[in-house]
Amino acid sequence: MHMADALLSPAVGAGMWAVSAGAIAWCSRKVRDGQDERQVPLMGVMGAFVFAAQMINFAIPGTGSSGHIGGGLLLALLLGPHAAFLVIASVLVVQALFFADGGLLALGCNMFNMGIIPAFLAYPLIYRPLAGRQPTRARLSIAATATAVVAAQLGALGVVLQTTASGISELPFAAFAGVMLPIHLPIGVAEGVFTAAVVSFISKANPGFTATINPAPASSIRHSRLVPVVLVSALIIAGLCSRYASALPDGLDWSIRHIAGAAEPAAPGSGPHAFFAKLQEKIAPMPDYSAAGASSSVAGIVGAIATMLAVVLCGAILRRPWGKR
Amino acid sequence: MAGIDAVITDLHALEGLALEDSPLQRLDPRAKLLTTLLYIVCVVSFGRYELSALAPFAIFPVAMIAGGSLSLLPLLRRIVLLLPFPLMVGIFNPLIDREIMVQLGPLAISGGWISLASIFLRSLLTLGAALVLVSVTGFPAICAALERFRVPRVFVVQLLFLHRYLYVLAEEGGRMARAREFRSFGNRGMGIRPTTALLGTLLFRTWDRAGRIHHAMLCRGFRGEFPVRRTFRFGLRELLFTAGWSVLFLMLRMGNLSRIVGGLIMEVVR
Repeated sequence: MHMADALLSPAVGAGMWAVSAGAIAWCSRKVRDGQDERQVPLMGVMGAFVFAAQMINFAIPGTGSSGHIGGGLLLALLLGPHAAFLVIASVLVVQALFFADGGLLALGCNMFNMGIIPAFLAYPLIYRPLAGRQPTRARLSIAATATAVVAAQLGALGVVLQTTASGISELPFAAFAGVMLPIHLPIGVAEGVFTAAVVSFISKANPGFTATINPAPASSIRHSRLVPVVLVSALIIAGLCSRYASALPDGLDWSIRHIAGAAEPAAPGSGPHAFFAKLQEKIAPMPDYSAAGASSSVAGIVGAIATMLAVVLCGAILRRPWGKR
Repeated sequence: MAGIDAVITDLHALEGLALEDSPLQRLDPRAKLLTTLLYIVCVVSFGRYELSALAPFAIFPVAMIAGGSLSLLPLLRRIVLLLPFPLMVGIFNPLIDREIMVQLGPLAISGGWISLASIFLRSLLTLGAALVLVSVTGFPAICAALERFRVPRVFVVQLLFLHRYLYVLAEEGGRMARAREFRSFGNRGMGIRPTTALLGTLLFRTWDRAGRIHHAMLCRGFRGEFPVRRTFRFGLRELLFTAGWSVLFLMLRMGNLSRIVGGLIMEVVR
């Protein structure tokens, strides 16, 4: 469910980055102020644990395939939402850089979909009320499953919204959501069941353990205050984004119009794209280029191939002196 | 389980590259980080049907790969593994958008195919740039750059810790998974229950390890920051690097180099 740079417009990417950066700053302050310093190495190692845990697959009953834990919910249960968000965010940074999962611009979206939503929406609003203070095993399972399902659905919805708002993919909102949400339903259920199983294993194997971790009860009241803040800021940013994006082929409208048949690729009117487009018009040697102009398209294709070849050639030439050492 | 080992080997290879000593590797990480970010923004800021103008942007990753003497294959392998998601979303474009945009003799290409190709090219360029960045810079240096950019210390320390213990725990997880696989037959032993026990055990070990690490760090006088060996300086070379690439990106963004070159070639051919 990693969002990808290639599907993202700069306005949406930057907006989501702003929200996620704010969350990082806020959580960092919380973690720095609030806790015993033992948590510093604990958070780091728990991030690495998520990677390790993703290597241990389990067979999904009834199917031939296997799955692994995502880990976000487990982190929230064990570390509390603030520390959990920082750990998830750091995991996403490493994934973006080393595994190129998603990409750097999409990192903000991914932190929102997989960090803010589970830690600050699903966990305080679903898990806490359902599980209560001293959850029994059944209650824990139900609460964890419900939380994981909601988190996965909202995260998938986030991917869909960000993609359609960016307008690079042509998938209409309804069709994309109709694919993404059902796919993430079993994923959410599996994550919840599995997380609950791990937590109850832990509390059975070492009953004192769960009591010592997650020192949250006292601070749980504050989460209720936090949720509106997150929601409002998300709305503000979304509003800003959509103002930029609305003149761009605002995914939803555009694809509906397109499907309805009144289709002409919408020309962007404002925002960074239009800014660059205007600049391009002024500076480009062939400003009268239109998408339908066949000869200019052919020139474009020929030129693209030629420049690609030139680039590869440059690389090959440049490479020699360093490659030899 | 061969997959895990391959991933870890690839990561080691990627990290090892940053330890090389070329002018590119010695450059201040801030310069490389800023340039890469600007690059990605420029690439994704194009409209959805843009294809030819994107092509010249390949110069940046190619130049970095050449200048940093990176090996191409591991990078390509990582990128190819990640292409499926953007392509899966983009694959519907040709089905939805059938309006003919380009006519090449008998071959008519619809807008959908063009935007799909555009998504493909974008993925290659942005994913390539991110991988190249970490290859010529190294993760600890990127973290140091982040700290200079006023990213909260807690988060930077978290990133460094995660990076430091990533391999340790990934290898431990891999060992456990392999050991179980040797002892299981078909799907027996691969179900949820044994996996839960395995993960729980790994969690306990992780927790204990964190405690030991913390004690060891306190013994060595840890005060919330990691000392860095290299000193960073944003000097003339960094300025030239950043400014030079930025100007090039903006020029490529505003003018379509491919079309100019293509036009020239067509003229000559005629």
